Amino acid sequence: MSTAATQAITVESLHKQFGDFEAVKGVSFEVGAAEVFGFLGPNGAGKSTTINMLCTLLTPTSGKASVAGHDVVRERDDVRRNIGLVFQDPTLDGYLTAAQNLKLHAELYGVPTNLVAPRMEQVLKMVGLWDRRDGQVMAFSGGMRRRLEIARGLMHSPRVLFLDEPTIGLDPQTRRSIWTYIRQLQEREEITIFMTTHYMDEAEWCDRIAIMDQGQIVALDTPERLKAGVGADRVTIQTDDNEAAITALRERLGIQALIAEGAVTFRIESGEQFVPRLFAEFDPARNPDLPAISGVSVSRPTLDDVFMSFTGSTIRDAEEDPSKLRNRVMMQMMGGRR
Amino acid sequence: MTAIADKPLDPAEVVRVHVPRRSARSELRAIKIVWRRELIRFVNDRMRIVTSLVQPFLFLFVLGGGLQRLASAGTHGVNLKTFIYPGILCMTVMFTAMFSAASIVWDREFGFLREMMVAPVRRSSIVIGKCLGGATVAAAQGVVVLAIAGLVGVPYAPGLILGALGLQLLLAFAITAFGLSVAIRIKQMQSFMGVMQMIVMPMYFISGALFPSSGLPAWLTVLNRIDPLAYAVDPMRRLVFGQLDISAAARRALDPGIHWWGWRMPAVLEVGVVLLLGLGLLAVAIWEFSATE
Ligand SMILES: Nc1ncnc2c1ncn2[C@@H]1O[C@H](COP(=O)(O)OP(=O)(O)O)[C@@H](O)[C@H]1O
Ligand SMILES: [Mg+2]
Repeated sequence: MSTAATQAITVESLHKQFGDFEAVKGVSFEVGAAEVFGFLGPNGAGKSTTINMLCTLLTPTSGKASVAGHDVVRERDDVRRNIGLVFQDPTLDGYLTAAQNLKLHAELYGVPTNLVAPRMEQVLKMVGLWDRRDGQVMAFSGGMRRRLEIARGLMHSPRVLFLDEPTIGLDPQTRRSIWTYIRQLQEREEITIFMTTHYMDEAEWCDRIAIMDQGQIVALDTPERLKAGVGADRVTIQTDDNEAAITALRERLGIQALIAEGAVTFRIESGEQFVPRLFAEFDPARNPDLPAISGVSVSRPTLDDVFMSFTGSTIRDAEEDPSKLRNRVMMQMMGGRR
Repeated sequence: MTAIADKPLDPAEVVRVHVPRRSARSELRAIKIVWRRELIRFVNDRMRIVTSLVQPFLFLFVLGGGLQRLASAGTHGVNLKTFIYPGILCMTVMFTAMFSAASIVWDREFGFLREMMVAPVRRSSIVIGKCLGGATVAAAQGVVVLAIAGLVGVPYAPGLILGALGLQLLLAFAITAFGLSVAIRIKQMQSFMGVMQMIVMPMYFISGALFPSSGLPAWLTVLNRIDPLAYAVDPMRRLVFGQLDISAAARRALDPGIHWWGWRMPAVLEVGVVLLLGLGLLAVAIWEFSATE
């Protein structure tokens, strides 16, 4: 395939059947080299199943996929050598220290002995765990474990890093710092990152996202374009004469505005591009009789709006079974204390 | 860029690693790594070292010491503790090996199994490493019981020590392989322990570890002959009794050996049975593990 050389991941109508249940119903997409690509969808959408097929843990029922230029079924080992993984559920050995976990991983992957120590220092410093390298993992907090898992996934310099819900069950601050690492990583190591999440706000960190629902990709684009596709932004302006501003907007720009909470507000496509036009029109040098604008804000549609527009429900409504999620988070917390 | 990272690294100094292709050497290395992990975990887990010695010591000193008075008529003057000592040597490695095999259930429960399963190594290397690791750990445990031979009137003969160690290793290997073949199918720790207790305990009692395997009721004789453990206990007893200075009558009564139609099986053959069984179970475990997704 011509794109195989430049694409980190190519997937063609991938299916996965569990008994009668079709968890993944033919997904196709490509991820470019050094891209941060996100899978966004409610629990049970089939995100983990897709990741597991891409990282050779599950055999696809049908369809084709290649990762780092290797077929996930026929060239399993080549795929495995080139990928790093952070699973949804923790996979550290709590009885070992952080350094022992990384060393074991490096050896399992055949990292040359002379490179193990420097690489370990590097990845541990990157996630801020260098000082804790000799601590038993059992005593680590949930956030520390996640960071250690990310460090471990990087030990063998993978070309593609898979992260399955890397931030699930973590507090917002830890989530943010994990995202900072992920972006840093992508810049420093030119690594392709494929991650899943069901937190809407997190998808914003991705270069491109695929929205998945019930085993299918319902939308795939940059977060900006997806949101732009939903339609108009909301523009709110502060003026010294709201009534006059509304009249001027209607007569000069053909916009129906109204007053809400003491400010003039209206919806318009690509609000940011509209702002210069607005100021050109309301320029006191050109039109001194128009009211002066003292402030303007543009708010974008959120990814919640995007999900809603493609599936007809909010992502929370689409969670197949909220109690399941709670259980999983609980289990992770218990795992955190084991 | 962030408060948590120590210092920004110059991208030029990023240490890049290249993962080599899979080879026979990388498989051997994987076996070694899995094996060593079992040892590290065992050494770190001091509780387990102590608790797994409780049962053998209970059997040896409490049961052996307590029943001594009842049994003295039948043992031809041999101390009961001395008599059951070979059985206890087997018991120690059995239970430790069972726990070692259970670690694969833990590994699954705590996710570490996935880390190994997705590495660019063969599944068989993981199983072999686990099995050898379990055997080594169990044999190490066995050494502790071997060390107290003097307390129960068994001399520290080099041949005995080496032979017993070899037998313990072999038995531990077979039991770990058996445990693994069960553990791979079972997802929960409680069920695994339940199943193992249900199978291993009766096997242990029937094996003749605690009584001579001659002159038993017919049903028990049949069970004893088909119990694979009997073929590990018998050579162990032979080894220990070889070093004892006791009457011919006592030897005949206490170390009768395993007979098939009046023919006493040689120790080499018994050892062969255990070895073959261990290898067979290992093959089953590998096959099962390779088939899981
Ligand atoms: N091994 C399995 N056997 C049967 N059903 C499964 C299995 N793994 C996942 N599923 C089902 O497939 C669906 C998708 O699961 P998953 O890929 O884990 O979703 P997500 O990661 O998006 O939350 C769910 O309904 C789940 O119950
Ligand atoms: Mg998932």
